[in-house]
Amino acid sequence: MRSQRWFHRRRIGFGWQPADWHGWTITLVAVACVIAELFLLRGSAARAPVAILIVAVYAVVALATGGARAAEEVTAADQPTGPEPEADANVAEQRQALRALTSNPRSTSSQGTPALVVEHLTKRFGERLAVDDVSFSVDAGEVFGFLGPNGAGKTTTVRMLATLIAPTSGTAHVAGLQLDPANGVEIRKRIAVMTENPGLYVRLTVAENLEFFAGLYELAEPKARIAQALAAVNLTNRANDPCGSLSKGLRQRVALARTLLSEPAIVFLDEPTSGLDPVASRDVNDLIDGLRAHGVTVFLTTHRLEEAERLCDRVAILNTRLRTIGRPDELRDRLFTKSLVVRTLAPLVSPDAVFAVAGVDGWRADDAGRYTLTVSDARVAAPAVTRAVVAAGADLLSLAEERHSLEDVYLELIDDDVEAAS
Amino acid sequence: MSLKRVVSVVRKEVREFRRNRFVIVTMGVLPFIFLITPMITIFRIPASASGLQVKAAVGVISLLMLIIPIVIPPVIAAYSVIGERDQGTLEPVLTAPVRASELLVGKAVAAFLPSVAIAYGIYFVVLISVRFGAAHVVRTVIFHPPQLLAQILFTPLLALWSIWVGIGISTRASDVRVAQQLATVGGLPLLALTSLLSFQVIKPSVTLAIACALALLVADIAAWRIVSRLFDRERLVTGRRTSAASPED
Repeated sequence: MRSQRWFHRRRIGFGWQPADWHGWTITLVAVACVIAELFLLRGSAARAPVAILIVAVYAVVALATGGARAAEEVTAADQPTGPEPEADANVAEQRQALRALTSNPRSTSSQGTPALVVEHLTKRFGERLAVDDVSFSVDAGEVFGFLGPNGAGKTTTVRMLATLIAPTSGTAHVAGLQLDPANGVEIRKRIAVMTENPGLYVRLTVAENLEFFAGLYELAEPKARIAQALAAVNLTNRANDPCGSLSKGLRQRVALARTLLSEPAIVFLDEPTSGLDPVASRDVNDLIDGLRAHGVTVFLTTHRLEEAERLCDRVAILNTRLRTIGRPDELRDRLFTKSLVVRTLAPLVSPDAVFAVAGVDGWRADDAGRYTLTVSDARVAAPAVTRAVVAAGADLLSLAEERHSLEDVYLELIDDDVEAAS
Repeated sequence: MSLKRVVSVVRKEVREFRRNRFVIVTMGVLPFIFLITPMITIFRIPASASGLQVKAAVGVISLLMLIIPIVIPPVIAAYSVIGERDQGTLEPVLTAPVRASELLVGKAVAAFLPSVAIAYGIYFVVLISVRFGAAHVVRTVIFHPPQLLAQILFTPLLALWSIWVGIGISTRASDVRVAQQLATVGGLPLLALTSLLSFQVIKPSVTLAIACALALLVADIAAWRIVSRLFDRERLVTGRRTSAASPED
């Protein structure tokens, strides 16, 4: 067997193509032979058979000296295309690639300075108000969650900030540039957007998809960047697979690799885990964690509240208008009073007297032997309540702080809107 | 305008065409259909045919040769924008730092190269056939310099017109099939001019060929400018008319 192929079969499409100068020489010779034969044998009955013979010989030579897959264009030469890569495989390589991708100063702008400042942004589609007077800012290196129900205006906001659509009113500064038609190209150079739909060219391979975008971003060393981006999402061994053959989870990863190509200052991720299974979602979340660790500003819109709670430094809840903004624990404190849940073996004889201790503002009996206490500071109230219950001779089963999730905050705010609308 | 971005668009488009059987079959089969009639016509004309007969036959051949650059490009051009929107690839592209003009020129060049190559290829086959197989009277008319010049000049210019019409319709259409049908119809007005020239109602001369070519060139440039203005990111992304200043480029 030859170690180097003169021709290779196209990974997708018809036929084969020359792989190196041998292949091109043979092709040119074959074409020259056909042309010469057509001239020399004009008028002869042998003209067509000889032409067919030349093409047949060429085909045999091409098949005999070729047959390999499309030439390697990135780094994964002739790697087998097995099943979906193991999530835990090559973690070190993945981290290293992510570090290399985010090492540029543009993507690690100084922490604490705003990467995004939005002031009174409004978008109207005819009579319908999609986004109403939204203002917020996102610090560099922050993972910012943008939550809201369907139709709340999340994607519209992202599209405005990505210069895809023009705001009806309001202003914004994106990666240090004013949101203005004149700055469209410059803003898009500094950001990357992963749309809800991965938007991959299914007839092109993974590497070709990335190569196209590397060209649009005019990257200096596209092949190296593509290799790093693929390593960061653990897809190096799928570089030459057509995107049409990938699962939804892998397509999302390719789309993520695409957003990492250009060393963006801000990465907009629009529902990145939408429709993914838990394992694929975890992979995407790990990548977002990795971006945060390397100081990339991430603007994440999502429906998954537990995901936002885990990943985001701050969240904003949008329902056409901005309903609230803050750290998840801040929002909980702001919306819900702190409470302790006390459970005793038997109902207390005189709960009024027992709960009249420091830090307890009020109480209610939920059930026999179950009480919810409203407290101003759980760390002060909890020991005092414990002592009081024991002193009253009751058997204490449990005492716990009642925790409200981000989902509770979200539902509280959105339910308010639903009630107000009805 | 960045040449690198334009080249990226061209390369991507060409790769996509090569792997799209519909495009390959359409672009491969259509020209051969157009080749059948001229070949039969050429070889059936006897050496004793009258000048009028020959001119009529050559007129049909010339017309068919000029229809190729009008009919083939819409297959690709009409798909170029609306097709991307349908498959969800347009939005990611629009979030990249590519100007509308760069994207459109890239798409136009990618449609132009194979269309013109096929049109010239077919014309070359016809010329070779005429040179070695047709009667002398046919050869004289086909190899008449103004006729050759018109064919060579008009082929790329007609293709360009057809491409800009196709892309223009593609930026505004809501469905790929509608876009392709409208784009094919959009190239037809030019057939009037080519018919007049092919059948020598307007006597072809070098001056006339150059004048017509210049007029076509101006029309092509105007079409490019108009299509660039028609390209509206907001409309393409949301399907709605732009209500405010579009963040174009």
